[in-house]
Amino acid sequence: MSTAEIIARCEALYDDLDFTASRQWKEADPDRKVIAYMPVYVPREIIHAAGMLPLGIMGGGDQLEVIHGDAYYQSYICRIPRSTIELGLSKRMDFVDGMLFPSICDVIRNLSGMWKLMFPGKYVRYFDVPQNYRDDVGGNYYVNELNELREGLEELSGRKITDDALRASIEVYNENRQLAMDVYAMRSREPWKVPSADVYLLMRAGLVLPVEEHNQMLRDYLAAAEKVDAPKRDNCRVVINGSFCEQPPLNLIKSIELSGCYIVDDDYMLVHRWLQKPVSTSGDPMENLALAFLHESASTAAKYDTQEEDKGMFLLEQVRKNAAEGVIFAAPSFCDPALLERPMLADRCSEHNVPYISFKYAENSGQMQPIREQAGTFADSIKLWS
Amino acid sequence: MNTKVDTEVIKEPSMLKQKDMIAGNYDRLTSTRESGEKIVSTFVPGNLNELIMCFDMVNNLPETNAIQNGLRKQSGAMIMDAEKSGHSEDVCTYVKADIGMMGRGNIAPNGKPMPAPDMLLLSYTGCFTFMKWFELLRHEYKCPTVMLQIPYQGDGKITKNMRDFVVKQLKEEVIPMFEQVSGVKFDIDRLREYLKNSAKAEDDLVWVLESGKNKPSPIDAYFGGVYYIGPIFTAFRGTEDAVEYYGLLRKEVEERLAAGKGPITPEGDLQGEKYRLVVEGPPNWTSFREFWKLFYDEGAVVVASSYTKVGGLYDQGFRHDPNDPLGTLADYCLGCYTNNNLPQRVELLEKYINDYQADGLLINSIKSCNSFSAGQLLMMREIEKRTGKPAAFIETDLVDPRYFSHANVKNRLESYFQMIDQKRSGASLAAA
Repeated sequence: MSTAEIIARCEALYDDLDFTASRQWKEADPDRKVIAYMPVYVPREIIHAAGMLPLGIMGGGDQLEVIHGDAYYQSYICRIPRSTIELGLSKRMDFVDGMLFPSICDVIRNLSGMWKLMFPGKYVRYFDVPQNYRDDVGGNYYVNELNELREGLEELSGRKITDDALRASIEVYNENRQLAMDVYAMRSREPWKVPSADVYLLMRAGLVLPVEEHNQMLRDYLAAAEKVDAPKRDNCRVVINGSFCEQPPLNLIKSIELSGCYIVDDDYMLVHRWLQKPVSTSGDPMENLALAFLHESASTAAKYDTQEEDKGMFLLEQVRKNAAEGVIFAAPSFCDPALLERPMLADRCSEHNVPYISFKYAENSGQMQPIREQAGTFADSIKLWS
Repeated sequence: MNTKVDTEVIKEPSMLKQKDMIAGNYDRLTSTRESGEKIVSTFVPGNLNELIMCFDMVNNLPETNAIQNGLRKQSGAMIMDAEKSGHSEDVCTYVKADIGMMGRGNIAPNGKPMPAPDMLLLSYTGCFTFMKWFELLRHEYKCPTVMLQIPYQGDGKITKNMRDFVVKQLKEEVIPMFEQVSGVKFDIDRLREYLKNSAKAEDDLVWVLESGKNKPSPIDAYFGGVYYIGPIFTAFRGTEDAVEYYGLLRKEVEERLAAGKGPITPEGDLQGEKYRLVVEGPPNWTSFREFWKLFYDEGAVVVASSYTKVGGLYDQGFRHDPNDPLGTLADYCLGCYTNNNLPQRVELLEKYINDYQADGLLINSIKSCNSFSAGQLLMMREIEKRTGKPAAFIETDLVDPRYFSHANVKNRLESYFQMIDQKRSGASLAAA
């Protein structure tokens, strides 16, 4: 199978706002349940171990006409909660049995309560995570939170989630994480062979497919991409930062690359790479998930940096590891975490002579010319004067 | 203009007392270089003033500094300074006013510069922005910073896990940092004594807030309410001064009630209460007087508000408990209004409308504050559905004068009052 064929399948999944693939998975067995989640991270292993399908909801993108959702939000609130409500009210998510709202910002947090009011009877959980990274403080709290989630899903499914099932799920997600990282590493190594739009669509597919199917898709893509013969361009290597929640339209990603940039790392759909190392499959699975979260997780603006010296270090490491020449801060309009974080990250970049630019977008942004011009000028300036 | 106000403005003893208390704290803050006292900056929701006092530190609240600058019409320029230095126009204006204030020398309301804080206590209660705000301050001040994470009541309840987590952080993170910075050893009995004072003041505050159930209400629980919560939400909870202040305030309100008086306004006593409202959301500070006047000119009195609960839901029964000093601080932080989930907030507002015999709900939606604002349009519909009372929605900002449109707010309020009139006349016709 060629990369084009694989990406065509991914694009069809991406365009399908009725989540047909996830519906079909559920319809195959009357006992099956689907648990949706929002960015940035939930431990999908627990959902998987319950025999359920984790379904990532990243808003409605640029193809969804938001009619009802706008009536729930003021003009100064980002777009992802509006389009998510639209997905809910338009019955596109009527097959979903539960919804998790991770701790990311006040808007998503409040959306958890709105969901409770709007969809009574559905399993709804605000999924809190520790901002204290000591094993005996934040770790204990988090293990108990994970166990509450486990109990909630057990109640919903009517069956116990055993430790063995959890270990097996951790194993399959370890493989998924490794494959996702392999795709990212390949793009960083040979970005002319692995366009960012491909990587993006591959990761989006992982939000709606069973993880086993996604693993096979990633393996197939990696094998097919090796055979791609594409010309290497004199593009500027950039890291994208700030796009961890509301997603940019696909055209924006394509526009950045068309303007002369190779995206060599990003923070889109971090759920696939949130835990940066394999989670141990021996011992207590909940403790293992908690330890991985505390000590091996990625960094975003939704996370507290315990030490001032740590601020921006994850981003600088992304730049170093991927030999990036600059950073593009691309945040959704009205995204509190990303926009409040940006001045601190920009200072870090300046201190380390990493060039950067900033712009905002919405998931339904349609006008790409200004982005292309800005990113193109940035790439030119790096190539000509850096 | 339908309602008369008695234009003789008399400063009551409680007002003078509060003025002295606030001025005293700013003097204390601005003279720490001479006195050797240490400053800790923290937030109003989840404010641990009793604990701070145990370490002889002075409490500085950037939110109230932003409010002071808003009331003095200085925040607009500060916000624009922050935006020029790279802070987004989309984010919280308290944060930008604070950062802009720093750039202009951190001048306190007494005209003196405020020294940099010795410590930041990031009480992360009910507002995600708090976390980024103090990371930004730490980025500037490079001072010791301790995070107290307060889990959100996502399921509308405080679990043992949440409470244990907060207590453990207090014991193992917060108190050790205080001891290290202040050089003072923690004394739990001292904390108990302060907590006893807190509970006394809280009793009187609740009595004052609940006086709004009377007809006419002797208080305005929003515009007046923000003054009433001043001491207990800021640097005075747990002090003898706060006990005295709330004793005085209660006595004054008791007298107003006995005399059948309405609330005090900047233009004197309001006579002829016409509309009784419950208000959700913080006020606008840059045009506070103008905003208030739009209400009292029409005889509108706010009988209950949610903003006066951001620093504690005392009217729902919570009291600081000296018998469980750290547990009670955890309960306090976990229970603040914006740490409640949306269904809880709706239930509380519904209860206020019923208990205070209000004519309806007014939401002042704040551009800066997603913690309050996200979900308010749904809250409005829910309240209308549950109570049958009309609700209205206005939009302003905390301290950014660019987002206060007097004409728009006035139009909306006038329409809303007409709606209440129509509802009443409809009800009268139905009864006839």
